Amino acid sequence: MKPIIEINHLYKKYRIGVNLPYYTLRESLTDLIKKPFNLIHTDTQNRLSREEFWALNDISFTVERGEVLGIIGRNGAGKSTLLKLLSRITPPTRGEIVLRGRVASLLEIGTGFHQELTGRENIFLNGSILGLTQKEIKSKFDEIVDFAEIEKFLDTPVKFYSSGMYMRLAFAVAAHLDSEILLVDEVLAVGDAAFQKKCLGKMENVAKEGRTVLFISHNTLAIRTLCQRTILLDKGEIISNDTTEKTLGVFNKILREIKIDDNTAIRDKTMRRGTGDIRFHEVKIQDIKGNNRTSFTMGENIRFVLSYMIKNRMKGLAVYIALRSNITREIITSVRQVISEDIVNSNTKGTVIVELPNISIRPGEYPLYLQIGSIDPKVQCFDVLDDLTAPLIITCRENTEYADFDSLKPIGYFSIPSKLIIN
Amino acid sequence: MKSIVIRPNRSLSLDLSEIWNYRELFYIFAWRDIKVRYKQTLLGILWVIFQPITSTFIFTIFFGNLAKIPSGKLPYSLFVLSGLVFWNFFSTSLSHASDSMVANENIIKKVYFPKIILPLSSVVVSFVDFIINMIILIIYATILGYMPNIWSLVVFPIAILVSAVTASGLGLFLASFNVKYRDVRHILPFFIQILLFLTPVIYPLSIVSEQNKLIMALNPMSSVIESVRMVFYNELLTSPRLILISLISSVSIFIGGIWYFKQTERFFADIV
Repeated sequence: MKPIIEINHLYKKYRIGVNLPYYTLRESLTDLIKKPFNLIHTDTQNRLSREEFWALNDISFTVERGEVLGIIGRNGAGKSTLLKLLSRITPPTRGEIVLRGRVASLLEIGTGFHQELTGRENIFLNGSILGLTQKEIKSKFDEIVDFAEIEKFLDTPVKFYSSGMYMRLAFAVAAHLDSEILLVDEVLAVGDAAFQKKCLGKMENVAKEGRTVLFISHNTLAIRTLCQRTILLDKGEIISNDTTEKTLGVFNKILREIKIDDNTAIRDKTMRRGTGDIRFHEVKIQDIKGNNRTSFTMGENIRFVLSYMIKNRMKGLAVYIALRSNITREIITSVRQVISEDIVNSNTKGTVIVELPNISIRPGEYPLYLQIGSIDPKVQCFDVLDDLTAPLIITCRENTEYADFDSLKPIGYFSIPSKLIIN
Repeated sequence: MKSIVIRPNRSLSLDLSEIWNYRELFYIFAWRDIKVRYKQTLLGILWVIFQPITSTFIFTIFFGNLAKIPSGKLPYSLFVLSGLVFWNFFSTSLSHASDSMVANENIIKKVYFPKIILPLSSVVVSFVDFIINMIILIIYATILGYMPNIWSLVVFPIAILVSAVTASGLGLFLASFNVKYRDVRHILPFFIQILLFLTPVIYPLSIVSEQNKLIMALNPMSSVIESVRMVFYNELLTSPRLILISLISSVSIFIGGIWYFKQTERFFADIV
């Protein structure tokens, strides 16, 4: 049988550096008057002008029927572009995609929800937009309502819904699409932990039903649970197309090799946010011997070596290190250390070491959130690195002294002192 | 099973079977907009009734009574109302259609569907307002003793169709233009205002010179409004020649609109 998805030498070119995502008529007219010769196009397909870049650069792969394929990569690697091309939202610059089945995409759940309409009306609206027929929606209506747990509010406009209810309803509709190919992008990054578990469960069911799923995520745990094979994208190219274990290994290696400096991901608002008054200069994670590592065994000491550069003077300086959950992305714990309470001068560099001794975090991967900034609550001077470094990996030894959990299925994030007393 | 091939160069031709496959989404978009528009039921309907009545009242005072614009055998109020009912259908369709792509940008960016259904479904939405206006017109004409004659059964449907086709064509053009140039939405009300004065809404076509009539017939709404008034006059007001010019112009605008829309459609998701 032919593969259900076939991608042959796919390219997508985008323009950057234009201030506005759209133009104004006024600007175009003045441009035309200033440079009338611009009308003559000399642009050839292969040449990139200064403002262009390849979001996807010669991508080829196939997906077999019933396969759940993971796609992973850093922000800007081209994951979302690939999904947009697959769902026909935007055309490729070159190459072709052959899809042998109906495609539904969950690029963002709740697409087209209208605030003024009721839950019931939105189920029909959203279902139609996602490609269900009225008949299909009617036959699945009760199931959707059950899954979303919103029976009582079915005839209330969604503007009165809590964000949790809204998300549940949105996911419920999307989860009931029954196309042969399902494209999923980060939908699990919403809602509370309980609902996320439910979503992940639903995704597992979809996979078991023998449907083909392309699962795009930052969430390495979800990828690990759902996908046998995973593709790693970086800068628009396929770096690895292998079993999930192997691809994730390559991915972690790439992440470890990122050197954080003043300008890393400076344009990426999701991963680096800052006011520019202060910048992280270098970030290293080390053991007590000074070796750079990202993987630690429970009980070890972890040192964060953080260098910074102050551009503008500010009052007080504090550093903040937080660990995110790999599943829900919520911050599960954090450490704040005040470096100085006095005025810190501009154009000074500094390095601090924050040590977490005898780490009692349970095995897993923990994306890091690092912040440095003024302690003065009235001013906004900070720099944030959010999930830009490699995640912290915690493992445990066999026969560990932390025998207070099942090492195959650690429930919870921390070990707390406990002992067994038998009469 | 039918397989889908996604390639860079797709032809500009209109895939009618695809649009037919998406007809449910077309209805759903129209249904959504109607639903939202009339959600606050009382205000929604009141506004639709209020608008033509006040315009008629004001126009009658200023253009009918003060400026003494001729209105043939019809009382000026009926003359201007019959023009306004069709003009409003055209202008609201046009402005909704022009705005439809930008207004639904969050959907366009996330899901694939033939985008042409968005501007077209906005015309359906304005049609609901139009029906209400039409009822007002017929009631008012009957009260004044100008029952629409038997020709109305032919004239009204054609007039509606021509208005809808023209508004769609121009709307498709402006909708894609609006995606690229966001200042279009600021220019549009001004544009519609000018168009109102270039259309015989507040004055009869008979006061225009023969040569200018031919130019005005290029605007299909001229013939639409003149023909609609004919139904109350019981006499022929426009020549078949002018009507023919308008029909050709209307179809050309429609085809031109579709062509321009198809040309820019594929890149909407990148620039919206």
